[in-house]
Amino acid sequence: MDEMDEIVQEFLVESHENLDQLDRDLVALEREPGSRDLLASIFRTIHTIKGTSGFLAFGRLEAVTHVGENLLARLRDGKMSMTAATTDTLLAMVDVVRELLTSIEATGGEGDVDVEAVVARVTALLEGRTADPMPGAAPALAPAPTSAPAPDAPLDARLEAGTAVAPAPHDAQDVEATEPARRNVADASIRVDVDLLDTLMRLVGELVLTRNQIVRHAGAQSADQELAGAAQRLNLIASELQEGVMKTRMQPIDHLWSKLPRVVRDLGSALDKSVELVMEGRETELDRSLLESVKDPLTHLVRNAVDHGLESAADRLVAGKPAQGVLTLRAYHEGGQVVVEVCDDGSGIDPARVSAKAVERGLRTPAQLEAMSHADVLQLIFTPGFSTAAAVTNVSGRGVGMDVVKTNIEAMGGTIEVESVLGRGTTCRLRIPLTLAIVPALTVECAGDRYAIPQVSLLELVALDADRAASEVEDVNGASVYRLRGALLPLVRLADVLGVESVRSDGHVLIAVLQAEGKRFGLVIDRVLSTEEIVVKPLTSRIKELGTYSGATILGDGRVALILDVQALARRVLSAEALERATGHATTVETTAATDHLRMLVVGIAGGRRVAIPLSSVTRLESIAASAVEQVGSREVVQYRGAILPLLRLDRHLGAFGEKQHDELTVVVYSAGDRSVAIVVEEIIDIVDEDAQVRSDIDDHGLLGSALVRDRIVELLDVRAAILAADPGFYDHAPLEAATELTEAL
Amino acid sequence: MSTRLVTFTLDERVYGVDVDAVQEVLRGQPRTRIPLAPTSVAGLINLRGQVLSAVDLREQLGLAAYSTDQEPMLVVIRVSGEPVALLVDSIGSVVDVEADQFEPPPDTLVGVARDLILGAYKLEDQLLLALDVDRAVAA
Repeated sequence: MDEMDEIVQEFLVESHENLDQLDRDLVALEREPGSRDLLASIFRTIHTIKGTSGFLAFGRLEAVTHVGENLLARLRDGKMSMTAATTDTLLAMVDVVRELLTSIEATGGEGDVDVEAVVARVTALLEGRTADPMPGAAPALAPAPTSAPAPDAPLDARLEAGTAVAPAPHDAQDVEATEPARRNVADASIRVDVDLLDTLMRLVGELVLTRNQIVRHAGAQSADQELAGAAQRLNLIASELQEGVMKTRMQPIDHLWSKLPRVVRDLGSALDKSVELVMEGRETELDRSLLESVKDPLTHLVRNAVDHGLESAADRLVAGKPAQGVLTLRAYHEGGQVVVEVCDDGSGIDPARVSAKAVERGLRTPAQLEAMSHADVLQLIFTPGFSTAAAVTNVSGRGVGMDVVKTNIEAMGGTIEVESVLGRGTTCRLRIPLTLAIVPALTVECAGDRYAIPQVSLLELVALDADRAASEVEDVNGASVYRLRGALLPLVRLADVLGVESVRSDGHVLIAVLQAEGKRFGLVIDRVLSTEEIVVKPLTSRIKELGTYSGATILGDGRVALILDVQALARRVLSAEALERATGHATTVETTAATDHLRMLVVGIAGGRRVAIPLSSVTRLESIAASAVEQVGSREVVQYRGAILPLLRLDRHLGAFGEKQHDELTVVVYSAGDRSVAIVVEEIIDIVDEDAQVRSDIDDHGLLGSALVRDRIVELLDVRAAILAADPGFYDHAPLEAATELTEAL
Repeated sequence: MSTRLVTFTLDERVYGVDVDAVQEVLRGQPRTRIPLAPTSVAGLINLRGQVLSAVDLREQLGLAAYSTDQEPMLVVIRVSGEPVALLVDSIGSVVDVEADQFEPPPDTLVGVARDLILGAYKLEDQLLLALDVDRAVAA
């Protein structure tokens, strides 16, 4: 229904604009009756209104415009010529159209506006009868003022003509009472080209930069009072202008939300769940372009909440909750950001299940999970290849999961976090910048260069003088940490990350405490310069590919500074460090961030070859006795935990023939649903984060390609083909999820 | 068929790019270095509010690197609509060349430069090397 209203609103705005144009055209037409251009333009307008009214089922509007269109077509094609009578008739038609539109706008329906009279007149003209204006319609012939027409006149006209039933008085009053306010839809808004707004935005961006420059200079020459005053005013005006222009691009989040009740309703009935959708803060505005980008992630979260979050009515009653689940969408502004929450009062996320899943998927070791807080465990649902849904429905759980949502939100400079109380519900919270173009940032210096760090990721700054730095920056097996209010904060030196030489030699340590990937870490920099609003300039893809910078900006002195991509930095630095260190240290677990890289299990097969298997497809690693292998027909199988496991010898599958006979077989078990296969390998070598940069598609039977991992060529196994070789029926019964995930992982 | 080229020098040699591709010539622009970027990317410059990346042609063509006291000039060219700055030693002039003066690079020219040099125009006193702008920027 909401969607329909939106279409009608657009139709009205458009039609009012068209009608004003029509009035001008008709008057002009009287002056130059033969103008085909004018006639064609009028024809088009009426044609458009006719088409849309037919679509929206406004029958009378369609009837009027239909005959009007016929008349105009004749005029346009020169089959009839313009006379005063034709002009009068056309104007009368336009008036009736306007009246109908007014009624639609005020009441949502065509009301009881009479169209017969004008249709009859037009038809008479078309049939070539002398178009004597019908006496009753005369008052409507007076050229209508282009602004709001008095509803009285047409009403009177109708009553005089005696063709219409007298309208119920309260109806007429309603129309009159609501009309002035409702007309605002058309009168109080204008259409502006989005390109123009973008240009304005860019110019304002430049102005903000220039302002920064001038304010800085004025600050430096504090002696000049007048300059300082002017700079101060410029500062204010520029800020206001910036705000104003940004507002022009703002749209209420309701634009997105209005589509959701339908999504929730359909989903609810498909899943047999009763859901009440509550929306708070629908007027909260955000930048148009952001609105677009937040659409898909938000829809995904809502679907997720209905599908996985809320329980069925029966389960809810058992849990002592009302049968109807409540899904709350909340939007509000906070600290220069827009916060959008999707909350359900469902069963919540069980950290134990998340942990189990993370271990099963090989994302974390039990020891790592042990040391993590419940809140941190929950954030694991954003890890690629993670999905706790037991069954795959057509609603969610198709492999594109929360990790995609997270990636999308981060791409627009936002963050996502999840909170959940078991049995009480789950809240997903998105924090999105107000606009992409201008962001508050901290500028810092490192090795003589300046960099900007978006405030979004900045928590606090810590400055340590040489003495304190010497004693308080400690070391955990090679990784430096700082005790921030009792908790160990892993430190990362920006100079090391960027491969440059720090110029700070006095022993002072400056730490920007950053938050990314749900983890805190300290970025050690040479110097803190200032906080300012920076205008984000895009970088060429070549520089973006470095995965270190999210953009560039121009500082007050006109120089370019790079904006650090804190998320990417965190991913790169923290996971790399976590890999290098033994994972047993409870203290270092703090630094293990979610790895967004694809993790691979590297195994050895005969002939010294190395093969990589995506860790997400690996369920367990086992050793089995060679004597346990039995034959079923031509296939080798092994008994394993009470089931018969088909065996695949990777050597043979990939055409490598080893001579070695082992008493013990090393197998990689892969399961999906209740089916499993065992892949026999020579040895387990390592688990690595595959950085897909050096990849080649040189491949062979059973392989997807090859990659360079730690200076050795590793072949990438086509897991699907391998599993089918061991168990041709594997995917027939296994849940779809496993299959899609595999293809996605590769 | 005559072509109009803007010429510039790199390490004593004369190179040319199509005059239509050239937007402007700049001097003394501060460049912001980009740690971790390939060496051929010589930093970012601010061109009236637009951030451009600068490409070190000497590096691209395998010529000797700039010494610290050399101040390269910048030729801003448009490659598929996007402006990019090229580092050059000095700017020459605008030269009209004829197609019959052109010859493809000799077979003895090997290495990276071969992909970037379209060929040479035989001028009276010297050779003018035509640069493949798209590749020089992309490589």
